[in-house]
Amino acid sequence: MGSAWLARMHAVWFGNIKADLLAALVVALALIPEAIAFSIIAGVDPKVGLYASFSIAVITAIAGGRPAMISAATAATAVLMGTLVREHGLDYLLAATVLAGVLQVLAGLLRLDRAMRFVSSSVMTGFVNALAILIFMAQLPELIGVPPLTYVMVAAGLAIIYLFPRLTRSVPSPLVCIIVLTAISLVLGLNLRTVVDMGELPSALPSFFVPNVPFDLETLRIILPYSLGVAAVGLLESLMTAQIVDDLTDTGSDKRQECFGQGIANFCTGFIGGMAGCAMIGQSIINVKSGGRGRLSTFAAGIFLLFLIVVLGEWVAVIPMAALVAIMIMVSIGTFSWRSIRNLRTHPRSSSMVMLATVAGVVITHNLAIGVVIGVLMSGIFFAWKIARIFRVTSELSEDGTARTYRVEGQLFFASAEAFMQAFDFKEVLDKVTIDVGRAHIWDISSVAALDRAILKFRREGADVELVGMNEASETIVDRLAEHDKPGALERLASH
Amino acid sequence: MSDTILALIDGSVYAASVCDLAGWAAGRTGRSVELVHVLGRRDSASTPVNLSGDLGFDAQETLLAELAALDAQKAKLAQQRGRLILAQAKARLEAAGVTVPPPKLRVGDLLETVQELQADADLIVIGKRGEAADFAKLHLGSNLERVARAAHKPVLVAARSFQPIRRVLIAFDGGQSATKAVSFIAYGALLKGLEIHLLTVGGETTAAREALEQAQGVLRAAGYAAEGWIVPGEADKVIARHVQDQAIDLLVMGAFGHARLRNLFIGSTTTEMIRSCKVPIMLFR
Repeated sequence: MGSAWLARMHAVWFGNIKADLLAALVVALALIPEAIAFSIIAGVDPKVGLYASFSIAVITAIAGGRPAMISAATAATAVLMGTLVREHGLDYLLAATVLAGVLQVLAGLLRLDRAMRFVSSSVMTGFVNALAILIFMAQLPELIGVPPLTYVMVAAGLAIIYLFPRLTRSVPSPLVCIIVLTAISLVLGLNLRTVVDMGELPSALPSFFVPNVPFDLETLRIILPYSLGVAAVGLLESLMTAQIVDDLTDTGSDKRQECFGQGIANFCTGFIGGMAGCAMIGQSIINVKSGGRGRLSTFAAGIFLLFLIVVLGEWVAVIPMAALVAIMIMVSIGTFSWRSIRNLRTHPRSSSMVMLATVAGVVITHNLAIGVVIGVLMSGIFFAWKIARIFRVTSELSEDGTARTYRVEGQLFFASAEAFMQAFDFKEVLDKVTIDVGRAHIWDISSVAALDRAILKFRREGADVELVGMNEASETIVDRLAEHDKPGALERLASH
Repeated sequence: MSDTILALIDGSVYAASVCDLAGWAAGRTGRSVELVHVLGRRDSASTPVNLSGDLGFDAQETLLAELAALDAQKAKLAQQRGRLILAQAKARLEAAGVTVPPPKLRVGDLLETVQELQADADLIVIGKRGEAADFAKLHLGSNLERVARAAHKPVLVAARSFQPIRRVLIAFDGGQSATKAVSFIAYGALLKGLEIHLLTVGGETTAAREALEQAQGVLRAAGYAAEGWIVPGEADKVIARHVQDQAIDLLVMGAFGHARLRNLFIGSTTTEMIRSCKVPIMLFR
């Protein structure tokens, strides 16, 4: 056991050293512009996002459940925190980050990772599309009402990012974009906004401090809604990204451990002056694409990031914002599922509606969690609606025309209860009515009530009513019988 | 009769001697030999070198398709190679007159496969080192250690080449595993008629002598000519010397000593014996 554990640890940390370190460098270079951009979204100094990215990457590398996934300061969490910073200041953001971490660990303890099964693929597609749109929209302030030169620079940056890989794939093209655009603006002395205009950059290693907020209920009242949002969105994106990395690398991951990892990372990050973050879809894809497979890739990405920023701080300061905007547009393009637009024509209309509603919910509220809740509710409703149609009532009249037997088959629950009632002909005068529900599945109290109403109605018309097969049919009221927990539930369900 | 001999082979030089050893055991016991080759589960997807760090349209789908295609290619190759290895082994065993059911090619962890298949087997045969082990350092294959730890059945560890087996040494420490080995030999057909040596390493005490004589008694009652020795010294050196001096062809011993915890990290006498002895070794838990 002990040696097996050691061997596994060795494999996930040092099974892929060279490729992991190389990928980490590519990721670290890409994290810098993102961390700065997301700090701007949250309305804080770039150093808040940069410290956060360092700390979250390093801690999730150790405590997370998905090797090779990159976590750092993200757009998804940053958009939630802007108003908190504006109204109450940075310290409240840090306190909210700590609390979000606590909530995420609680979510892990409560096994909320399992709730991810209710997030359908349409909702996931909606989530990534909404995220891509949020990232793009966050670039708009740098693109609207700026000198025309900026557009030229952004276009040049995008051209470098997408065309340079045709030349060579051994150098990260976003890095080339940054270097070329910075050089041009320095050499030509262009008067462009640069990173230093956005706020303070880190000049030293982060240090431990407790956020300067009063520890009372008032503070809790202020930060709790933000912490809840951040915790939910962070876990959603992290678990979704973990699934993506699982698929890409064809390996498994521990989703519950990931909840703990994210929680611990945010908790600690708040104490070194970093903002909350989570897993990043785009960066994780870049990491896997660059060959990162082990925990070392994530860990080293965090270390490289801090090293680069502390050592190269003054050079980072002169990077024109246009270069960052170009990179963020790339991230937005890469995150968006373009295929989903083509799929709108071929996919079932209900799944397309779920996807679009998820996107709309996010774009309107700037809160990915709300979009996902809308999407999940809608997919649940659509599902119930479809299942409600899987039922049938047939009947036959006895030879003397005084008795009728109704046979009910299929799924009876709140959504099919009304159609069920309408299947009976109460106007027919009968001496005896037999309702055979032996081949139906009664799922809830609504359908039991509908059945009772139907029986009552027949009795009022003067018929004797016999109910057949009720025991079998009501076995499916799973809440009461908790049958879904018992082995052989499916066999029993199918047996009648 | 569901009991078989489970032979684990790979593309290493040990495959041939594993077959011969399994064939020998099959010949003596009348069992069939179940050949198994396990294609190691990819720990992670293949990695094309692409440090461009850009994210194009539908980046996720594009990358997934690319990685999956590479993996599929590799898997096909490994599959073909695996079938070839098994076909060769099967031919070798059948030439020796052993019944071989269709060999099993599996994907996954070797350990899981062994745990799954050992229920039907009464003996597991494996080579000292696999193809992944580092020969130069004479390290044992990591798979051998893991299989030896997980196996509930006796494990027969093949040396590089197979020699006919005439003389067997039981390293007898009086422990549970060694006692189990003695009764397995006494009541089984595998070593019938062979010359058995019992060797206890340590001081000449009454307890040691009694245990040794009891084991000798069990073997003699089953018709073996069992000789006993008690020799002081360091276990691995004494056993190795005996193997060499007495021209022993098969060493039988407990898989793990009493120092269970120590054994997790450092090689025990057993590991040392497997490493240094040039004869097959049969391990009992």
